[in-house]
Amino acid sequence: MIPELGNFALALACALAFAQAVIGIWGAYRRDVRLMAATPGLAIGQLIALAASAGALVWASVGNDFSVINVAENSAIAKPLLYKISGTWGNHEGSILLWGLILAICGGLVSLFGRNLPSGLRSRVLGVLGGTSAGFLLFCLTTSNPFFRTFPPPADGRGMNPLLQDPGLAFHPPILYMGYVGFAVPFAFAVAALLEGRIDAAWGRWVRPWALVSWCFLTCGIALGSWWAYYELGWGGYWFWDPVENASLMPWLTGTALVHSAIVVEKRESLKIWTVLLAIGTFSLSLSGTFLVRSGILNSVHAFANDPARGIFILALLGLVIGGSLLLFALRAPLLRSGGIFAPVSREGALVLNNILLCSICAVVIAGTMTPPFAELLLGQKISVGAPYFNLTVLPLAIPVFLAMAVGPLLPWKRGRLWPLVEHAWWAALIAALVGGVCAFGMKLLPALAFGAATWLIIGSFAEVFERTLLFRTPVANSVRRARGLPVAVLGAAIAHAGMGVTVAGIAGTSLDSNKIVEAKSGDSFFVGGYKWILLGLEDRQGPNYRARVAFIEVLKNGEPLAIMRPERRMFTLQNQTTSDVAIRTNLFRDLYAVLGDERDGKAVLRLHVNPLAPWIWLGALIMASGGALSLADRRLRVGAPSRAPKGVVPA
Amino acid sequence: MTRKHRRLVIVLACGIGLGSATALSLNAFSSSMVFFMAPSDIATKNPAIGRTIRLGGLVQAGSLHRETIDGEPTAAFKVTDGKHTVAVTYTGILPDLFREGQGVVALGALEPDHVFKASEVLAKHDETYMPKDVADALKKAGMWNPSKGPAPPSSEWNSVTTASTRTN
Repeated sequence: MIPELGNFALALACALAFAQAVIGIWGAYRRDVRLMAATPGLAIGQLIALAASAGALVWASVGNDFSVINVAENSAIAKPLLYKISGTWGNHEGSILLWGLILAICGGLVSLFGRNLPSGLRSRVLGVLGGTSAGFLLFCLTTSNPFFRTFPPPADGRGMNPLLQDPGLAFHPPILYMGYVGFAVPFAFAVAALLEGRIDAAWGRWVRPWALVSWCFLTCGIALGSWWAYYELGWGGYWFWDPVENASLMPWLTGTALVHSAIVVEKRESLKIWTVLLAIGTFSLSLSGTFLVRSGILNSVHAFANDPARGIFILALLGLVIGGSLLLFALRAPLLRSGGIFAPVSREGALVLNNILLCSICAVVIAGTMTPPFAELLLGQKISVGAPYFNLTVLPLAIPVFLAMAVGPLLPWKRGRLWPLVEHAWWAALIAALVGGVCAFGMKLLPALAFGAATWLIIGSFAEVFERTLLFRTPVANSVRRARGLPVAVLGAAIAHAGMGVTVAGIAGTSLDSNKIVEAKSGDSFFVGGYKWILLGLEDRQGPNYRARVAFIEVLKNGEPLAIMRPERRMFTLQNQTTSDVAIRTNLFRDLYAVLGDERDGKAVLRLHVNPLAPWIWLGALIMASGGALSLADRRLRVGAPSRAPKGVVPA
Repeated sequence: MTRKHRRLVIVLACGIGLGSATALSLNAFSSSMVFFMAPSDIATKNPAIGRTIRLGGLVQAGSLHRETIDGEPTAAFKVTDGKHTVAVTYTGILPDLFREGQGVVALGALEPDHVFKASEVLAKHDETYMPKDVADALKKAGMWNPSKGPAPPSSEWNSVTTASTRTN
């Protein structure tokens, strides 16, 4: 009964979304006040219906209702409760439902916080959101319905892919999807602006917080995914340039560009057309990212639900959304008038440089990701493009970004000169050069360069804060007073830029890892990375739905016992699948990382790593996201046309 | 600076950005593009020694031998598509899902003695799944016609069939 209600709620949400699209856009076109006033209610109704639908799926999963095909295929009685809940979005059908739910949350938030938007704009924005939503809910209903039944129901489900049974992965998809789908709001604003043929600073003030919130979630989502790969896959790597990872990186790159160009629209009423294009492009990349992976067009290690039959629907939908918005852009963009002339050397100029470079990086990533499927489609040639390609192309383009992003905020609007930059940031450049130089003695060129760049980013990012507080040049009390008056956004930007530096340092540090694969009997000891590792013994353990073989490894530093590590191999009997549970000990400056491999002839294969600065990779992402979140708290975003910016977006 | 000048500067900057991106991509493609080959392709096309390729097929049942060389665990096995086989060596921990008789994709290069030295071995799916590349290679080798039902049990693909295939 409950799954049928869920299915009904899903169909209802789809109908409401269609109504929202038609009434929103038609009402705004006819300037019909009553129609326009109806759209927020429809958006809220759609949200409630979808929440009920998702609740019904969770209910079926927790209640072990194996007559529902989706539950039977992805759940089992012995599966822990957390994964029964998170498992609902860990498969294709459920993840599409989650996608729709988050889109509905965005629509609901726009209607709640958008009361003081011009009614025509709000109506169009909700209409575009509704149209997008309707398409995907229709996709969910017809080709990936999570509520279909089977008869007779199996006694037990097939269980979930053991690799996905992990707390990190329970939260990874919702956070990542908040990022992906959140960009639907800037997209809807962009399309609405094209329909209206008008963009002003208030538009920029509305778009920026949404872009920023989505960007923060996307940053966290990508970091969480990379962290999961690091501790769950057990290869010691954290980023594989896999199509799915690239799919999340592409909207992140253009989203970062969007967050920056929206500043220019807001402050200087310039770069309007470009910002609209970026908003459309970012959401298009989010869409293609999620759905090209699902359609099986990108053959990937991550794709746990491939079905080419769905591909046609997805391609049609992508074509409609992306092609339609680009067509609209081509027709209507000339109507948008830009003001604000600026010199190449200026804050605007620096932000344009940022945009060009980020989009170039995005372009090479797209080229690398899309070449294999196209080569196979057009030439019948199976090729793959791996890490060497991305390292060769992304690194050279990232270096100028790093150089410019620390000092860009020092430039004044409209026109500036380069000399003051040298004046204000020479000390940061000097320290960075020193760090890079010292590193060059002990290591290869690339990590040394990266450490120099990281230092430059971390301390150079605060050059503007130091400059504006006159630190060390006036009495401390005066600096503190000035710091209080500093716009929060300035601090947020400095923190976010420094976070990038922390991530770069983490990547550079991790590239200096020492690792060894050994075959060990109980009592054997090895030296890896300056630590002594002793295999104490092996033991069997019973988990909730698996059997585990545990190795006990003692790690010593200079003869002092440091830690006992317990890497495991888990045998999931239901799926006849084995996974490795990595043991990691971190002190924030280095990770000790141990993996237990096969066992034979009384010897166990162990993989031992010492990864310097590894946690910094994800710590940096967290710092970036918190810098972004801090910028949201800026007073300036709340002053003016919309007095209540949607800053409190929390995942449902 | 006039509007015209500004536009020129921006267009130039975009040109430089996209131009360098294109140049970098083309350069990187020519040096780091990796072709996928089935054992039959290797037999017929004779790829250059040392050229990185991706080799896909099934692990031939009974072909896996493990030993320790210089303290590091090394595996030697054969990859087959039913027509030809290629001998592969790999130093390191084989993935959890590596089984005899199942699909595998190895990244590496041929050595002068025509043994494929793998630097990476991927076998990351459950036992009912066959990597798409491997499935295509099998179809191409005439070992599987999808219109006649699903792929037969993987043990039947191998020229050496043992009863112990599935249990490893």
